[in-house]
Amino acid sequence: MYAFLARRLLSTIPVLLIVAVLVFLMLRLSPGDPAAILAGDAASTQQIDQIRENLGLNRSIPVQFGIWFGHLMSGDLGQSFYYKTDVTTLIGQRLEATLSLATLTIVIAVLVAVPLGVLAAWRFGSLFDRVLMGFSVLGFSIPVFVLAYILIWIVSVKLGWLPVQGYKPLADGFWPYLKHLILPSITLSVIYIALIARVTRATVLDTLGEDYIRTARAKGLPEYKVLVRHALSNAAVPILTIIGIGIALLIGGVVVTESVYAIPGLGRLTVDAVLARDFPTIQGLILLFSFAYVLVNLLVDLSYVIFDPRIRY
Amino acid sequence: MSTTDNAIGLEGPEMEAPAVAVKPSVWATVRRNWSVRIGGCVLLLLLVQAALAPWLGTVDPTLFDAASRDLVPGQAGEIMTLEGSYINHTFWMGSDSFGRDIYSRVMYGTRVSLVVGVSTAIVALAFGIVFGLMAGYLRWLDGVLMRFMDGLMAIPAILIAIALVAMWRGSLLTVVVAIAIPEIPRVTRLVRSLVLTIREEPYVEAAISLGTPTWKIMFGHILPNTMAPLLVQGTFICASGILVEAILSFLGVGLPPDIPTWGTVMAEGRSQFNIYPHNIFFPGMFLALTVLAVNMLGDGLRDTLDPRMAKRI
Repeated sequence: MYAFLARRLLSTIPVLLIVAVLVFLMLRLSPGDPAAILAGDAASTQQIDQIRENLGLNRSIPVQFGIWFGHLMSGDLGQSFYYKTDVTTLIGQRLEATLSLATLTIVIAVLVAVPLGVLAAWRFGSLFDRVLMGFSVLGFSIPVFVLAYILIWIVSVKLGWLPVQGYKPLADGFWPYLKHLILPSITLSVIYIALIARVTRATVLDTLGEDYIRTARAKGLPEYKVLVRHALSNAAVPILTIIGIGIALLIGGVVVTESVYAIPGLGRLTVDAVLARDFPTIQGLILLFSFAYVLVNLLVDLSYVIFDPRIRY
Repeated sequence: MSTTDNAIGLEGPEMEAPAVAVKPSVWATVRRNWSVRIGGCVLLLLLVQAALAPWLGTVDPTLFDAASRDLVPGQAGEIMTLEGSYINHTFWMGSDSFGRDIYSRVMYGTRVSLVVGVSTAIVALAFGIVFGLMAGYLRWLDGVLMRFMDGLMAIPAILIAIALVAMWRGSLLTVVVAIAIPEIPRVTRLVRSLVLTIREEPYVEAAISLGTPTWKIMFGHILPNTMAPLLVQGTFICASGILVEAILSFLGVGLPPDIPTWGTVMAEGRSQFNIYPHNIFFPGMFLALTVLAVNMLGDGLRDTLDPRMAKRI
């Protein structure tokens, strides 16, 4: 177990290293001079050169990478060109909103999708099953921001139940906090629900064909117990896997959802940083998102041991 | 990270997709599939609509008229042509805050979306095929290339696309390339896994023993047998390409605002959404419909061409 843990942890290091190199190169080798952007339209050539020197942009690419990577290792993501503060501070300020949104989204998605998937598998081929599968294709196809606006229009503008936009930190009280998060989380969870429901249905369908299900039914277990204790718990591993993979979708969705709902989180920061060509902030954010993605999938891999006693590392 | 996600994030890469020989009988099954029929018909209609855009009662989508600002759908008004004369025009989908005709912009936007979707799929497949064949057939390259692809896959696709487009500045070419790049690793993994299966087939062995050059084996013997799964994958990339382009343009980092695309029309409508939701709803409807049609086509193709994949989800 510990040997596996060590091996699995070590195997993520090259991936993260490649991510760091790619992110650095992608932004540094592309046209667009950050020094000129930072200096503004009225700046003289000397001023631009001065800024370039201050930022270390006049050094060779490998040297720049070396400096940048050294700072990265000590937890320093550099200074934002645009906000003129540490990128780490910037990210720290906006972490709460994004984490809240992501967590609530995953909770909603799992609570809705898993029962739906189990029911669809249980009544395989029924009208319910076909309608659910139809809706899941629709869920993949409807763009997050279109859905966001439809929901805002109905729930906030027409019915006036929830605020249209904005975010209230948890420190302002739980109810205002939740009220601002409900709609964005529902919006974001739709594609996730589609994904998880499909995988749940497929894997539960597989396990329902197993001998032990027949045995469980034959010994007179109530149907819900057969479904939950026997079928679903044996389908946990693929469901967990798809939740891990879906994090990539979730991150993309966060960027769009936060922009539509004006939530001051990391996704919104990403768009703002890109529009301002703020290299250090973009680099920091992409690294953070990628690391989070890799880390979640690492945790998913490790959690297999808990959910499937057959798996021993 | 041994996982992948395409437009709808559904297949596991380690799974060796079967080498499906495309026989006429397979195409007969494909044509009988309802998902393919519906998706294909809708796409055909959209293609015809895109081709006929100038003759569908549209005006030049870049025309604007201050007197016809913020009209509600169905309202009549006038619009100034480039020559300076006024024409009477009914704004079937209303107008935006510049006085541009939403209907014309949506009709012309279909062209951009379809071109972006198809080109993205072609670019991603072309590079993915070359890299996948190399990784699967040239063993010395495999390790390095696949670790590189692992790193690329650890960065959420939309972040790569946003960052690349912002750095290169939006144009049709850069948008297509930026959307295609994060898709390349997935195609590469698929092709590689197919190659690893096919290269053990007796006919490849026969070709080797006859002294056939490596490139000829790769492109003449192995590639044709990977076509069916690649067609399925290409369809999903097309759907995701259309979606990502709309997201980029919506966030203001995609195509320049003067090119009429569904994303730019929606971006323009954001600020006045509470009063004039039609700016977002009409292009959003077209976008969702198009992506849905492509996804349905992909689902149908997967079910009929690739039975083993179909069983998994």
